[in-house]
Formats: sequence, structure tokens, C-alpha cells
Amino acid sequence: MATRDSQLDDLYQEVILDHGRRPRNFRRLDDADRQAEGLNPLCGDHFRLYMKLDGDRIQDIAFEGSGCAISKASASLMTSSVKGKTIAEAEELFSRFHKLVTEGPDAVQLSELGKLAALSGVCEFPTRVKCASLVWHTMKNALEGERQVVTTE
Amino acid sequence: MRAGIQQGLKAILGGFDVERVRRDFPILSRPVRGKPLVYLDSAATTQKPRQVVEAMARYFDQENANVHRGVHFLSERATGAYEGARERVRKFLNAREASEIVFVRGTTEALNLVAFSFGRQRVAAGDEVLVTGMEHHSNIVPWQMLCAEKGAKLVVAPVDDRGVLVLDELERRIGPRTRVVAVAHVSNALGTVNPVKQIVERAHARGVPVVVDGAQGAPHVPADVQDLGCDFYAFSGHKIYGPTGIGVLYGKAEHLEAMPPWQGGGDMILSVTFEKTTYNRIPHKFEAGTPNMAGAVGLGAALDWLEALPREAAWAHEDELLAYGTEALSTVRGLRLVGTAPEKAAVLSFIFEDIHPHDIGTVLDREGIAIRTGHHCAQPLMQRFGIAATARASLGLYNTREEIDALVAGLEKVRRMFA
Repeated sequence: MATRDSQLDDLYQEVILDHGRRPRNFRRLDDADRQAEGLNPLCGDHFRLYMKLDGDRIQDIAFEGSGCAISKASASLMTSSVKGKTIAEAEELFSRFHKLVTEGPDAVQLSELGKLAALSGVCEFPTRVKCASLVWHTMKNALEGERQVVTTE
Repeated sequence: MRAGIQQGLKAILGGFDVERVRRDFPILSRPVRGKPLVYLDSAATTQKPRQVVEAMARYFDQENANVHRGVHFLSERATGAYEGARERVRKFLNAREASEIVFVRGTTEALNLVAFSFGRQRVAAGDEVLVTGMEHHSNIVPWQMLCAEKGAKLVVAPVDDRGVLVLDELERRIGPRTRVVAVAHVSNALGTVNPVKQIVERAHARGVPVVVDGAQGAPHVPADVQDLGCDFYAFSGHKIYGPTGIGVLYGKAEHLEAMPPWQGGGDMILSVTFEKTTYNRIPHKFEAGTPNMAGAVGLGAALDWLEALPREAAWAHEDELLAYGTEALSTVRGLRLVGTAPEKAAVLSFIFEDIHPHDIGTVLDREGIAIRTGHHCAQPLMQRFGIAATARASLGLYNTREEIDALVAGLEKVRRMFA
């Protein structure tokens, strides 16, 4: 395989592969006061997200489930990024992240996204955007206290 | 593998020339992502030979008008083309009468028609509808909806670890309350070929009609409805080298005659007053509104194209490729085929290491290789095997051994990326 596929390498960066293989915050949160389920019926990604709030601050957040490398890495990075943030900050981060994966790295200030910038390659793969954003939509539902299943369809 | 070689010889000696077949499909020579296209997703939809596209263009250019109502020249031509396609389908399925062929949008619509016309009349509270554990959602959900409406029960016949329907268990579930048996001819997710003829014999022995989902059957195995003996047979044009938006429901005339219309509108009536409407004869009773005329013409052209090939040799070619692919994938370390029934057609479903099928699909796509990943609209079957999804390579008459080799090479690239 002589030629490198740079878009593919951008999608599956080392950070993504690492978080996909060894997802952080990958556990059940027994004292969660919010939870929601996220489902991508197209490919079978299926996560449950747990959250413990302290006032308007996300004190702890974790997830369980199964999915592709992108969805799992995104869940791992998302939970790492919003832990300790206020709800408003988390929602703000979501809108930046959404812009990143739909419009690309030039549409955002990458420095404001921290580790989430590792998902910038997703914008070149329209069919994978929903994998990357599934857990974020799930977080939004958990915050809004909605119990129904989130789907990306 | 010996069986594979024998099939290969049979294909060649029988006059099947895959390179000649490929020349009928312009899309197969377009590059994808800078690589030659390797199209292994025919179970989702087949590519279309130029004969189909040309027939549809000719219809629009030379014959288009509405059918069954105009007295003018073109309407007569269009009606001739549309009804000619119906006769073409009759011949393909070996149905007794062209009136037993109802044009619909596809297999899904056909199965809904059967459930909500035939089924609604037949199934009552406490009755049972029997399906198998390997059905596509379109042969589950309509029956489930009907059962919910009627207070009936959906009963499921089990599938073994190889993906084979357990026939005796199916038979055991045909009880006094069973009103319909609905079964796939060929499983879209596993490739298993079900013994439809035997199922029909056992169901008919208890007076129960059989509905066959032939979406994957008609393109890959003989679909002779008189030989199978089934009561209904449904298939889609776009999975058998024809266009999208056209499909077929075959139903025995005695059933179609007795069934109420499914949709109301033009073309399905003989006369309408505000007091009473008299319905048209079969099959028109089930074809409300202006039909997909160009689609029917395209389907007819697809069947012409298919049956102009030496059929035995063409089937042997697909069998040989399946045997070759099974062997080739078996040598890939960490790969497990899902669906290893002795009777299979055209499908290689697999899981690979613990790499999610979606990631496999993305990496292969960058090599120009098109496969399907996911649950293949068969979630209960995936649950049966304890998996969320598989990667599925599915074959058509235009596929080659070299394309299987490209798939295997692509999988090694997937391994390097994720291992």
C-alpha cells in the first residue's frame, strides 16, 4: 500500500483510534440523576449516557454501550470535555463541535475545541457525521430531561 | 472448493462470459475514489444494464402516455408496453395468468398489500401469523401491525447457528390458529436459501397459505411460482437489474379475486357512483392511480436481459463466486462468516476482529470497494447472533474473482489501520 490516504488518516487519527479502543468514562454511573439513550439505527451504534449534576454544573458523566470507532471515540472525547463544565458551556461546546464536523476545521476556532479537534476529519465523510454527533445529541436530551431514545435518523 | 471449481467450469462451458456481461454495465468501468469500482452491494440494489436504461428512454421518447384510458395512438402503445411487461413477468415467474401479476413499488409494498388486504380479511383475534427468525423488517413489521390491529400473535420459527431455518420447528409452530406463513426465499442478511417448496407443502397440508418474500430470491435462484406452490411471491425490480420504484406481487388468482382492494382511486374501478363503486378485475383492482409505466418497461427489459443469458451457467457463475469468496474470506485471520448454511446464494456476511462494520465499510470505500454495513433491516436476526451489525459483501452476475481478491486485500488494510 504505497500511497497514503490522507483523508482517511485524518478521520482515523491516533487520538480517535486510542479513544475508540480504550474509551474514557466508559462505565455505568449508579448515582446518575440524568440519563438518556442514543441509537443510530443505520449501523447499530447504541449508547446509554449517565450524568450527575451539581446545580448547573456537570459533576460527572459516563457512558456505556457499543458502536463504531468514531462514535465511541466521540463519546469518550465528549464526556472528557464536558465534565466539570456548566450546562451552558457544554451546550456552547456542542454547537462548536457540530460546526466542526459539518462545516470543517476552517469554520471554527480549533483552539476552543481542545481534544475534540481530533474529530475534524469527520467533515470529509458525510455518512459518518451522525456517528460523531450521536452522543452529543444524547447529552442534549439528557440535559433536557427527556427520556425518549435519541436517534440520528 | 471443489464444488467451486466445478461450478466455475459449468459457467464457462455453459457459455457465461463475465467480461461480456460487465460491458453491459457502464457504471462498472467508472473509477471510485481514484480506484476501479468494486461493487459488492447488489443485495441492496443491483446496477442496471444499458439495455434497461435504453428501454426506458425509448419508452419516454416514443411511447409515453397514460395507460388504460386514452383512445389515442400513444395511449394504446403505452398500454401495450405496460401490459407487455406484465406478461414478461408472468413468464419469468411461470405464473398461470398475467392477471396474477400485480405491479407495485417494490417488495415492501407487495408485502404490505398482502398483509392489509389478504391478511386483514383472514386474521382475527387470537389467530397467529408465522414468520421466520431471518426475515427482513418488511416481512415482519406489516404482520406485526396487522397482529396489533387484530389482537393476533406473531409467531417466529427459529434459525440455527449456521443461519438455517429449523424446518421441523417451523412445522411444529403451524397450529390450528395459524392463518398465514410468511417466509423469505433467500435471506438478505445471511444468504440462506430457504426450502420454500417444502415449507409450502407442510403449510398447505394444514390449510395455511404461504407468502414468500422473494426480494433476494428472484435475482439468484429459480422462482417458479407453480413449482414452489406458494400463494404469494413478492420481488423488487431494482434488485434484479431493473429500475427502482417497480416491483411485483404475484398472487394466486383465487386469492386475488377474493381479496378487497387495498387502495382506492382511478384505474381500480369499473364504475363509480356516490352510492356504490364496482371494482375492476384483477390485477387492476390492486393498481389504483397511474402506475409506474416506465418502471414496468424497465423491469421487462431487465428480465429480457437476464433470461437471454445462459441461465444455468449464470447461476453456476454466482455459485462459483460465492464458493471462492467463502474460501478466500475464511483465510482472513480474525474474520468470521455469519451465515454458513449449506444452501446459500450471493451473500457473504461477516464480522472481523472487533472492528465495527461501519469502520470496515469506510476504509473499504476508500479503496473503491462498496459493501453494506449494518443490521441489513434484520435486527431480530442480528440479536439472534448476538451482534449489532455485520459487514456484507453481496454478489451480482457481473462480479469477478479479482473483485473478491480486492476485498480480501482491502480487509488487510482495515486490519493494519485498527489492529
